[in-house]
Order: sequence, then structure tokens, then C-alpha cells
Amino acid sequence: MKTWHTNRRCQYSWGRASVSPLRGYRHTGYKGIVILNKATGFSQSALAGRLNRLIDFAPVLIALLLALIVASVLLVALNANPLEAYDFMLKGAVGSENATAETLVKATPILFVGIGITIAFRGGMINIGGEGQMIAGALAGVTIALVLGEARVPAEMAKAPGAFDLIIVACSLLGGFLVGALYGGLAGFLKAYFDVNEILSTIMLNQIAVQMMNFLLNGILLDPAEAGFNNIPKTARLVSAAQLPRLSLPIGDPYLFARTRLHWGLIIAIVLAVVIYIFLWRTSWGYRIRAVGENQRASSYAGINVRRQMMFSMFLAGGFAGLAGVVQVLGLQYRLQTDGSPAGFTGAAGFNGIVAALFGGLNPIGAIPAAAFFGGLLVGAQKMQRELGVPASLITAVNGLIVVFVVSSEIFILQRSKRRVSLQETPENLDEAQGTS
Amino acid sequence: MGLDEIFTASVFASAIRLATPYIFAALGETFAQRSGVLNLGVDGMMLMGAFTGFYAVHVAQVGAVMSEPASLILGLAVALIVGALMGLAMAFVSVTLKAKQGISGIGVYLFGLGLSELLFQEWVGTPKSVSGFPRIEFPLLTDLPIIGEIFFNHNLLVYVAFALVPISAYVLNNTTFGLMIRAVGQNPEAADAMGVNVARVRYATTTIGGMLAGLAGASLSIALINLFQQNLTAGQGFIAVALVYFGGWRPWTVAAGAMLFSFVNALQLQIKVIGADIPSEFAVMAPYVITIIALVFATKRHEQPTALTKPYERGE
Repeated sequence: MKTWHTNRRCQYSWGRASVSPLRGYRHTGYKGIVILNKATGFSQSALAGRLNRLIDFAPVLIALLLALIVASVLLVALNANPLEAYDFMLKGAVGSENATAETLVKATPILFVGIGITIAFRGGMINIGGEGQMIAGALAGVTIALVLGEARVPAEMAKAPGAFDLIIVACSLLGGFLVGALYGGLAGFLKAYFDVNEILSTIMLNQIAVQMMNFLLNGILLDPAEAGFNNIPKTARLVSAAQLPRLSLPIGDPYLFARTRLHWGLIIAIVLAVVIYIFLWRTSWGYRIRAVGENQRASSYAGINVRRQMMFSMFLAGGFAGLAGVVQVLGLQYRLQTDGSPAGFTGAAGFNGIVAALFGGLNPIGAIPAAAFFGGLLVGAQKMQRELGVPASLITAVNGLIVVFVVSSEIFILQRSKRRVSLQETPENLDEAQGTS
Repeated sequence: MGLDEIFTASVFASAIRLATPYIFAALGETFAQRSGVLNLGVDGMMLMGAFTGFYAVHVAQVGAVMSEPASLILGLAVALIVGALMGLAMAFVSVTLKAKQGISGIGVYLFGLGLSELLFQEWVGTPKSVSGFPRIEFPLLTDLPIIGEIFFNHNLLVYVAFALVPISAYVLNNTTFGLMIRAVGQNPEAADAMGVNVARVRYATTTIGGMLAGLAGASLSIALINLFQQNLTAGQGFIAVALVYFGGWRPWTVAAGAMLFSFVNALQLQIKVIGADIPSEFAVMAPYVITIIALVFATKRHEQPTALTKPYERGE
């Protein structure tokens, strides 16, 4: 009896059939929908399905509109003309070839983190540890790149330089992913086996990672050329073989973006976004993660190992944040450096990734435009600061508002799906816990 | 380097001082969580309280429009009001709009972080100091050796914070309001059936939490450090949330956790001062590592308010 209730509760609570964890869980998500829809006599026409997709993004649009209004009020209060400010932001973000490239460069780590956050949030794990996981990944990646870069010289003598270059980059990326994943997985482990709130543990792990980075950059990872000087803590520069190549598009002459800092990290991130979309919605692995995120008790009744899924989603989330860190080193800075402040290396991408993930409707594909948008906001805000003297920290405040507005407007979706359900029959206990623990 | 060099009276004294913002913020968070609201925006509220309190004092003192004590009281009032407003906003989002509390709290944090920095850069520019709450001189007591330095050499807000511990415990455990808070956090359906207005109680506790967070911020900017800079709190609000878990949602143990944490912090500072052979990064890291370990061993699931993070909806 109890199982039956839980069963239908989770099936109705979000109004999106694709998230129901039961019955269909051994199949892919898609088959699950069909089975569940047949079972309930609730069939979705293609049009209605598309409409629902659109409505999924409604909170995002509401949030954007509200944030725009509040930002305008703030700008007026700061004696700036909002229209002028937005104009400068737009020009700063996409006004020129270089501006657009900078926007995409800024968007790249946000997209990596955003993909990871999407996985974690879909799995019901509120991962605030993007910053720390980025640092963990970057530390591992830069160490591998530096060590293999040294080893490259004898390898060149063995007459296979090209292949070895690829191995250096691949190993660094993989190492960054794995160490970031372990760092994120640690929080998942603590949650699964010791019931430590993952929000708190990831925040603490962020601080620990920053200190660890400062320690290593002032110690064994310090650029030998810098030793003895009291400069910015940074590693040696990577050899060119260990760098991700710059990216240009074969349009015009010279090629588009040929003279900018845009690098291949962007392509890797976009490809992985698609891969993770397929993973989450077309494989049973992804299905289990989402099932646990929707309803832990129902998932465990259905035979899913909830603890393992918790760790797995945090592992993947940490891995993507780790990739963000290592790509930042291999593609952009060519060394790991910081100013000692918490966001000195990451540029707060670990937090902005959360905003982008929510803004992308917790969908990896949606995270692509969302990350580009926030990259543009950050780059545009710098232009606005130069031209109007309005501090760029306005964007941090606006990002916070967007987060609040996105999660606040979800209630309208919930109400809508409830109305839809109540047309059919009224199940009990619709107030499914949407809490974190 | 002997132990007597590390465990000096001044370390104990600074541990008591450092505990002040944690106690304020964590007590406020205790009220909110006992009623079922996880307010993760504490750090943002602290930052806003710290900045606005500091700014009020700064303007009043630079303009010399009022006496110094009056300017400090004004600063406190402003911090309390700003904290209350942010608490109300958090309550609106998590009680009325039923938003996911873990995530919306991060939004509130980012908002406070960004806005306090924005206003600081716009209105103040460079870090400036104010004359904050002076240390209170107790007749005779302050002159006592060791005891005087540890206990009777602090500013007013330190004593207010410690006085709030028994007051909070009393309110939670011995008053009707406290009973309503606990009922709403433990079993909102039953509380509702008994005629308790669940939403109103949660609004009240979250607003109290916001006020105390504002006060916690002000205790930094106009009583302990006496200046404001961007990200002044450096995540202390999150530690305060962790302390509530660590302290099992009870004011006394929460305050004890705050003392333990600030003692580790004071030790860490002292180790830096005497130049011990420990990398400073590990010393700074230590409190966070200890917090995680403490959460592993101290989280008692059965003591957590059952309805924590769960919005209440009446069954129709």
C-alpha cells in the first residue's frame, strides 16, 4: 500500500512524466514514460509535450525579467542610466570579435561547472563545491602537465613527438577530471554514509582547497624562476605541447577568432554537454541518478542503491568542475596562478556555474546558452565599469537574484502540474518534499 | 616554543571575542531551523548588516552629526533593520513561494555578497576604519590578573552575544512562542491542526535569524574589526550554519561549538604570531577540517527538526 502511494506521488509531483523513477526504471527513461503514461491513461501529444518543455523554462524567463527590473532600479539608484549601462554591457560582451571571444572564454569554465552542477542537482545533491573541485582538478592537471612536459624531451628523441603531445593533454584532462571527481565524491561519501549535509561539507572543502592551492603554489609547485622573489604564487609555464590549442573558425581572412584567446576547451565543453544530456535522459545510469533526485524512498523501494547514486552524482559533478579547472590552465593561463584570495584562480566560476545550471533549466544543453549569457554578463560588466564607473560586482548581486527568482518561480510550474493532475483524479499527499535532505 | 607560549590569556580572550559573530548568527539560524527553515543566506545577510552598520557609523562619525555612542547605536539599528528585511525576503521566498531552501539561500548569499561590495565601492571606495564599540572597563574586575584579561576586557556586543545564549534557550524551551517554533519544525500538520499559524511562525523565526545575522555582521564591522572590506565575513555565515548542525539545534551546545571553533581560530592566529614551524595555510585550513570532522561525528539525525527544508502545504 505504501509503495503504491509513493509510486504515484512521485509520478505526479512534477508533472513531467520523464522523471518518474519507478516501473520503467530498468528501461531507458523514454520507455518509462510510455509505460507510465499508458498506466495512467495520460497521454501526451507531441504538441503538449513541446508546450511543457517551454513551460519548463518559464521560471528562467520570469527570473530574467525580474532580475532586469531590479538591476535597473539599482543602476538608477547608483545614478547610472540603465539603458546606457545595458548598451555598454552588450557592446562589451559581443560588440567585437575579441569581445565575443572573451565572452566565450569566460563561458567555458562556467559551462563545465554548470554541466556538473546539473548532474548533482538532478541527483538531489546540492553541490556548492564547484570552486574547490575546480582547484583540485587544476592542481592535479597542472602537475601532470608539468611532469609529462619535462618527460617529453626524451620522448622526442624516440621520434614520436606528436602522439606524445596528445597524451600529455589527455592525461592532464583525465587527471583533472579524476581528482576533481574524488574531491566532489568525498562530499557525496560523507553524505551517503555519515549523513553530513553536502551543502556544508562542500563549502568547507572549498576553503580547504584554496588553502591547499596556496600552500602548493608557494611550495613545491612554485615556478623555479620565481623562487626567492615575493611575487604572485604561480607554477612554471606549461611547455607548448601541454597546451590546448587555440580555436578559430574558418570564416573570413584571417580566420574568425584567430587573434583571440578562444581555445578548444569550449568545443570539449559543448560536446560533453550533449554527451551528458544523452547520459541523463537516455541511459539507465542517468535514469537512476534522476530517480534518486526525485524521490529517494521510492528509488530505494525500486531497488536502486541510493547511497551509490549519491556518491556517483557528486563524483561526476566534481569531475566536471575539475575539468573546468584544468581546461582553464591548459587552454588559457598556461600556468596555475592565484592572487591568494578564494576566487583568485577560479574567478568564481564555481558559483557562476550554479547560476548557469539553474538558468539552463537543469538541462546540460540548456546550460550552453546559459553559460554564454553569464560569460557575456561578466565581460560586459567590465566594460560597464570602465565606461560608467558602476562596479562590476553588480553582476554578483544580479546572479544571486536570478538564483532566488528561478527557484521561487518554480511554484507556478508545480501549481500548474497539480491542476493538470487534479483534472484526472486527486491523489493524496501531493506535497512531495522538495527539501534537500 | 612551549605550550605556555601558545595557551596565553590573550588567546582565550581573543577566542571569546572571535566567537561573537558566530554566536549571533548561529543562534539566529537555530531559531530558523527549529521552525523548519534552512536559511543558507546567513553569510550574505551578515555582509549586508556589516556594511550598512559600518556605513551608518562612518557617515555619522565623519559628519560629526551625533555623539559617538549615538552613532554606534544608529549603526546597530541599521544593521538590525537590514538583517530583518533580508530575513523577511528569505521567509517570503521559502515559506510563501516554497522555493528550495538550499539553493535560494545561495542566491541570497550571492546577492548580499555582490550588493555589499557594490555599495562599498560606490559609497566608500577604500577600506576606512571607524571608532567602534569601546572595551568596557569594569571596576576592579578588569584589573584582575588573567581572569580580568580573559573575561572583563571586551566590548558590549561580546557580552550581548553571550547573554543571548540563555535567553534563546529559555525562549525555545520555556515559552509558548518556543513551543510553537518547535511544533512547526517538528510536525507542522499537527501544529496547524492545533491552530498555530505555521507560515507566521516561520516568518517570525526567519526574520529573527536575519536580524541576528545582521547583528553578527555589525559585530565584526563596528565592534571587533572596525572596518569594512569586500567579503569581510569570508564565509563565517556558512560556518554558523554548520555550527547549528554541530550543536544539535540547541542554543547551549551551538554556543559551545562556536567557542570551540573560535578557540581553534585564536590558536591558529597565535601560532602564526609566534612563528611556529607550521605552514600558515594549514593553520588557516584547520578550522574547516575540524568542522567537517565535527559534522561527521556530531550530526545526530534524530535531533534534526523533522520538517527542516520542507515547505508546509495544507492538505486540502
